[in-house]
Amino acid sequence: MYVADSRSSKAPVAPTPSTGGSARRGAAARAVPGAVLALGAVSMVTDISSEMVNAVLPLYLLTGLGLSPLGFGLLDGIQNGFSALVRLVGGHLADRRGRDGAARHKAVAVVGYGLSALCRPLLLFVHTVPLIGAVIAVDRTGKGLRTAPRDAMISLATEPAHRGRAFGVHRAMDTAGALLGPLTAFLVLRLAGGPLLADGGERHGYDAVFTVSACVAALGVLILLLFVPNRQDGDEPSATAPSLRASLHLLRLPGLRRLTLCAVLLGLTTVSDSFLYLLIQRRLGLSVSLFPLLPLGTAAAFLLLAVPLGTLADRIGRRRLFLLGHGVLLAAYGLLLSPLRGLPAVIGVLVLHGAFYAATDGVLAAAAADAVPAEQRGAGLALVGTGQALARFACSLLFGALWSAVGGSVALAWSAGALALCVGGAAVVLRPSETVATDAIEESS
Amino acid sequence: MNLRNRTRVIVLLVAVLLLGAVGTGAVLHAADRTARRDQAQPGGPAVTSGAVSLQAPDSGRQLLFRNMAWGPHRDEITTVPADRPDGPRTASGVQCLRFHAAAGTGICLQAQHGALEDTYRAVVLDDHLRELRAFPAAGIPTRSRVSPSGHLVAWTVFVSGDSYAGSDFSTRASIVDVRDWNLRENLEDFAVILDGHPYQAHDVNIWGVTFADDNTFYATLASAGKTHLVRGDLAARTLTTLHDNVECPSLSPDGTRIAYKKRVPGLPADSPWRLYVLDLGTMTETATAEQRNIDDQALWSGTGTLLYALPGDYGADLWTVPADGTGAAQLVTRAAVAPAYLG
Repeated sequence: MYVADSRSSKAPVAPTPSTGGSARRGAAARAVPGAVLALGAVSMVTDISSEMVNAVLPLYLLTGLGLSPLGFGLLDGIQNGFSALVRLVGGHLADRRGRDGAARHKAVAVVGYGLSALCRPLLLFVHTVPLIGAVIAVDRTGKGLRTAPRDAMISLATEPAHRGRAFGVHRAMDTAGALLGPLTAFLVLRLAGGPLLADGGERHGYDAVFTVSACVAALGVLILLLFVPNRQDGDEPSATAPSLRASLHLLRLPGLRRLTLCAVLLGLTTVSDSFLYLLIQRRLGLSVSLFPLLPLGTAAAFLLLAVPLGTLADRIGRRRLFLLGHGVLLAAYGLLLSPLRGLPAVIGVLVLHGAFYAATDGVLAAAAADAVPAEQRGAGLALVGTGQALARFACSLLFGALWSAVGGSVALAWSAGALALCVGGAAVVLRPSETVATDAIEESS
Repeated sequence: MNLRNRTRVIVLLVAVLLLGAVGTGAVLHAADRTARRDQAQPGGPAVTSGAVSLQAPDSGRQLLFRNMAWGPHRDEITTVPADRPDGPRTASGVQCLRFHAAAGTGICLQAQHGALEDTYRAVVLDDHLRELRAFPAAGIPTRSRVSPSGHLVAWTVFVSGDSYAGSDFSTRASIVDVRDWNLRENLEDFAVILDGHPYQAHDVNIWGVTFADDNTFYATLASAGKTHLVRGDLAARTLTTLHDNVECPSLSPDGTRIAYKKRVPGLPADSPWRLYVLDLGTMTETATAEQRNIDDQALWSGTGTLLYALPGDYGADLWTVPADGTGAAQLVTRAAVAPAYLG
């Protein structure tokens, strides 16, 4: 009854070390599918567009609109929580069938990317804080809608044995866009004339950034429409669409239930980036002038390691690498808490932090795809992703409160202890022998 | 490649050309607007190059500020006689985004335009506006102050994260002693005493330092969505809260009152602040007659009047209002920001 994947008869669903090597079946199979490259290009271009805006928006609010640096963090958290819930809706809607029997992943993704793209030119016309907040909310809604169908398409377009690498390629392209965005924004501001950013109430430099960002976003939607197939190879036409009840009952699948449980547990002990950067600055004696560069360090490591670690996931098992990735995060916490100081320690923490993302972000989606049947792929991936995102949001609130109570370093030490416990617990829940056995039974039934 | 694929590529190329043209147009339009700022505006103040000193003049007071009038001397520190603030300006050739000076010491917050990003630095100036020492700064400059003795210098910058750090942004306030160059890079490292109790939180932000003497200063501390006036002790490395809802404090020359931005309940989110004065002896608040939103660290132009910037056609104009709540706001000079008095 439970067919984990349409190709489960041809290729192993849960790769094991023994099949990892023999899974090479010629250049065509090894190549990353065109649909994945196209989706990677869409993500890259869209991230350039959104990061352009994100890079200048705080300064625009500060110097252009005269806002005070108060209370943005919580608003940001609430909107991210909302976006995580929208992801569930996007995943469910994407699994519904069109007249041809194909899933609507691409249609929902187009709506999601399109909504965000429409927000960019709107920034040219709204100049009050509540309206800008509304535009940002619509942008986040678009992001929430598109995430699950996009990952579902990546998983359906790729041979199960190569999904880790495919997601790695996608995440690398995505991160490259995130790195290029702020540079592009800076270039536009430079071409538009120097010191506009800093002072003086000139809006034209920002308007140029918003306009270029809108053009780039439109290009992203166009690439999606033109170069991503309407139906992925792994998506078998089906007359019956999964009902809402079926989506809600996804957690009855043992593999998905265990994976979601682990993603939530580990998400609850994943300290958010901004807290981590603050602790790096405080504990490792980092000069304040280098502080804005910290996220770039994480992103660079993520970018470089996403493909190799994704490939490694295909060889040693995605769940195993997902767990190992959290071990790497634990090592980052340990290094941060150690007596080591100075730039080498900072670089070490950032490399470990980027490796953590490379070993867990796309890898979790690949692991989740193993556990969900093709016709419910969107909703299944959304479930795992939403669980993780909400857990991380809860962790942020807890960590902030803990920081106030016992200080940042002690709070991190507690988080490290909790993370170690959760990694241990998750290792038990995701025991390879048991999961392989269960999956095998489910496949044969 | 079949025709259908070729069609797709052609559609994409046409779109790239069209969107590229729109983007290029937007950038060129903005660049054109910027270029106009290098041309002097008819009717603007006369600005000429000349010698500018940070020593108190032998006769009469001088007012210094960043000149924002369009033309070749835009963003330079300029000086005018304090009794003729709208008169001809003498430009120093030194460009600063934020500036303050006292007793022969100046602080100039500058932007440096790099290949991949802009960087900022805090430059301590001697009385001839020559660079004594420069410190890297983490972001956009916002406030700067020199202590009355000229021995201590403080600056605040905005640190903005990109998407990875979320859309939240924070401030960094630093103080340096120009006698031994002892730098306190981040005042958030000081011990905080909130309402009499030790306090720590991840979201503590400090901004807007104003000096009482060579050890005591006042500043704004923000945490958990609230702002507080704190008194800082440089030797003891402590910050003690005194009053709530105070931003960008400015201590009066006699040390008895603080002028500040108060977030007044019920005002729109875009314009939340009004200019208030707090009596440190009685802790009573007095609203000034300035009815508009203020986003500046005010400067005491005497024991009874305040000088502050408001948005204007060329970025900012300087205005004045009595500190005791009487009178009305008056324009001092257009196209000027970041003032300091000498003498």
